Amino acid sequence: MRDLLLVLAVFAACVVESVEALTIVLAVGVTRGWHATLRGVAAGLITLAVIVAALGPALTVIPINGLRVVVGGLLLVFGLGWLRKAILRASGFKALHDEAAIYQRERAAAEQAHESSPGLFGDSYAFTLAFKGVLLEGLEVAFIVLTVGANQHNIPLASVGAGAAVVLVTFVGVAVRAPLARVPENTLKFAVGVMLTAFGIFWGVEGAGADWPGGDVSLLPIVAGVLLFAVAAVWQLRQIHARQVDTSLDTAGATTGSGR
Amino acid sequence: MNRIARTLRGFAAFWWDFVVGDDWRIAAGVLVAFAATAGLAGTSVPAWWVVPVAAAAMLSLSLWRASRSVKDQSK
Repeated sequence: MRDLLLVLAVFAACVVESVEALTIVLAVGVTRGWHATLRGVAAGLITLAVIVAALGPALTVIPINGLRVVVGGLLLVFGLGWLRKAILRASGFKALHDEAAIYQRERAAAEQAHESSPGLFGDSYAFTLAFKGVLLEGLEVAFIVLTVGANQHNIPLASVGAGAAVVLVTFVGVAVRAPLARVPENTLKFAVGVMLTAFGIFWGVEGAGADWPGGDVSLLPIVAGVLLFAVAAVWQLRQIHARQVDTSLDTAGATTGSGR
Repeated sequence: MNRIARTLRGFAAFWWDFVVGDDWRIAAGVLVAFAATAGLAGTSVPAWWVVPVAAAAMLSLSLWRASRSVKDQSK
């Protein structure tokens, strides 16, 4: 059960990161041409591989409880951050994350950029943008795989989840040649936020030296508890948001009425 | 020299944004909650509940602050 949750959590998190990287690469490739963009992608992947090769072995020599506290802490901070944004978006306090809008923004920026002189890698703007997109989002994928995998003593299993996510998103992206606006990203981020928060709580507590009542089985109630809390927060914030909208409409109506 | 300082600042800003994110209080709260758990774990009092309670409290406070700031901006 713990292994299945591990693969699902890594898969969902890596789908989100891959969608973000693919959005950048598609926007740059369509507007500036694929030659330099694909070179940027390749350079980003090679740099990423070097970083992962250097970081991977270092993680395995850290004592397990120390690793659990660090990984649990980082996952909890990431998870709460993702959950916070997803809850604010779902309740109307923040605009929904729209990959189509981001794609159009990146495309417009790429079109407005001056044609740079072709250097070693061709169009340096396309190369740099694709390189940065792949490296930064790839670093997040690698970080999730290495830390979550090392903590469970199962980096290969975490890699399967991440690899499946990257292959799926790449295949879908190439097949539809669109910014994947149909992927409900906020829903995905909500689910990932729940999973990261739950894993962060679980490992953080174990790493700090405390024991869970029931051992590993307690992970399921933790996931359920975090999910219930997040859904309740969305419901509560939606009520508050609706009241705020009503109050502003009333105020606007009163101002218009008194001005006549 | 200025270029080195700018690079270092950019590097630090990247890692701050990557690890800490939008609300530094959440990261600080996680550290305090883990320290409290480690402290309690050395006693006979159960310590597993500290982090879940702290996470719920931090998320609630962060959401409350965010919703208030949106409300204040719309005034």
